[in-house]
Amino acid sequence: MTNLSTAPDLVRLDGVTMHYGRGKSAIQAIDTVSLTIKKGEFIAVVGPSGCGKSSLMKLISGLHMASAGSVTVDGQPVTKPLKSVGMAFQASNLLPWRNVVDNVLLPLEIVEPHRRRIRAHKAEYKQKAEALLHQVGLKGFTDKMPWELSGGMQQRTSICRALIHEPEILMLDEPFGALDAFTREELWCALRDIQQARGVTVMLVTHDLREATFLADTVYVMSNRPGRLVAAQKIELARPRDLDVTYTQPFQDLVHQLRAHIGGGRH
Amino acid sequence: MRNRVIEIVAPILLTLALFAIWEFACWALSIPLTILPAPSQIWEAMVKYRVPIFENSIRTLWTTVAGFLLATVFGLLLGVAVGWHRTIYAAVYPVMIGFNSIPKVAVVPILLLWFGLGPIPAILTAFLISFFPIVVNVATGLATTEPELEDVLRALGGSKLDIMRKVGIPRSMPYFFGSLKVAITLAFVGAVVAETIGSNAGIGKLMMDAQAGFQVPIVFAGLMVLAVLGVVLYAITAAIEAHFTGWAFRGQNRS
Repeated sequence: MTNLSTAPDLVRLDGVTMHYGRGKSAIQAIDTVSLTIKKGEFIAVVGPSGCGKSSLMKLISGLHMASAGSVTVDGQPVTKPLKSVGMAFQASNLLPWRNVVDNVLLPLEIVEPHRRRIRAHKAEYKQKAEALLHQVGLKGFTDKMPWELSGGMQQRTSICRALIHEPEILMLDEPFGALDAFTREELWCALRDIQQARGVTVMLVTHDLREATFLADTVYVMSNRPGRLVAAQKIELARPRDLDVTYTQPFQDLVHQLRAHIGGGRH
Repeated sequence: MRNRVIEIVAPILLTLALFAIWEFACWALSIPLTILPAPSQIWEAMVKYRVPIFENSIRTLWTTVAGFLLATVFGLLLGVAVGWHRTIYAAVYPVMIGFNSIPKVAVVPILLLWFGLGPIPAILTAFLISFFPIVVNVATGLATTEPELEDVLRALGGSKLDIMRKVGIPRSMPYFFGSLKVAITLAFVGAVVAETIGSNAGIGKLMMDAQAGFQVPIVFAGLMVLAVLGVVLYAITAAIEAHFTGWAFRGQNRS
């Protein structure tokens, strides 16, 4: 595992504000957010729904520009979509006319330099996709169509698709939100292992505090819209973490602290 | 297996039963030939006039298919253009609706004026009437592409063209092929309508001639041929649809 204290900064947000739309009807989604993500770090962003968690993702990936402040990745200001980003969402968004392997290969048909090579080197790429699928426990499902898979398997496929072009940053927007509790925990472990193995930087947007605490090195808490950072919580639990850790007192305390930062708590 | 047999046999039995009731009613109520001929008399007419019926069927068939193919090509192109960009959609859509609300029968006299009694008015009427559902369906398919999926591809540096090629167009194919089933039926209607208004050949023309000569069994023979051709054209399009977009039907066609 990379030592985070010595790892270089990968992403820097400096006083970033972001709006949707222009003029009077513009909606402010993010208000002066500053944070840094180190190379190989796993961060989670939590907050009430509609607080701009997903907007933060769009900012860093270059899909949406900041209206004030600066966003840099690898020292370069972000001015257009970054190719070094892989994304997965709550819905797996697999293409129903492609089987699992071909779904995973989709990014390679878009991103350079693979785009030019994929036709001629199909077998080689296919092997790579299959290896990745095996890693998340989908051995034997590579030729299935998406509708033949369970929700959890579809989500695993979706994460493989986000990783196939070896992005520097993996962005996950509530990827496990639609899954049942047991499948979700299974996928936490799958994500933990794959992040461990690849050392990829991960930004996880979620509203599940246990999920954030279990997986992340740092958890950022955002306020209601317009989103502001109200807390940054380091999670110092030893890695590799086992699911059992979620039942320990230190873990519960961390979750409790995070909960306290989120406004509008009910009793 | 038993269900499949029932699915095939039931509609055949129903058709035969309807013909039997029709035959019996004509005989029992002694309905005159000039009002409603019995199926047996229609069959007789079909056999007797099989050559002109066949020749005119071919004409109706190819004008229908020609108009339908034109509508498919232009419908697909315009549908992609309309679904491509909001501005094109905003500009084209109201015009399309206005255009589509004109009854196509009303256009036929103009087409006859321009192109005479040949096959062209029938082809163009078939084209005009079947064009709209294709455009609307393709545009709808493109417009309903998941924004998250677009984000995934845009984040990879994918262009609008990439997104269309990899996601939008394959995704709208079930809509496209679905609309073809509607379009082929409409094209058929269009061709026959044009022929009944004015043409030098075709089933529509044959029926109008027979009607003028009070040869009612031939009129009905024409109707029968139209029904059969309509079903055949529909079945071919449906088979093409199932072949190209089987993925959209999931497990339904596997058992």
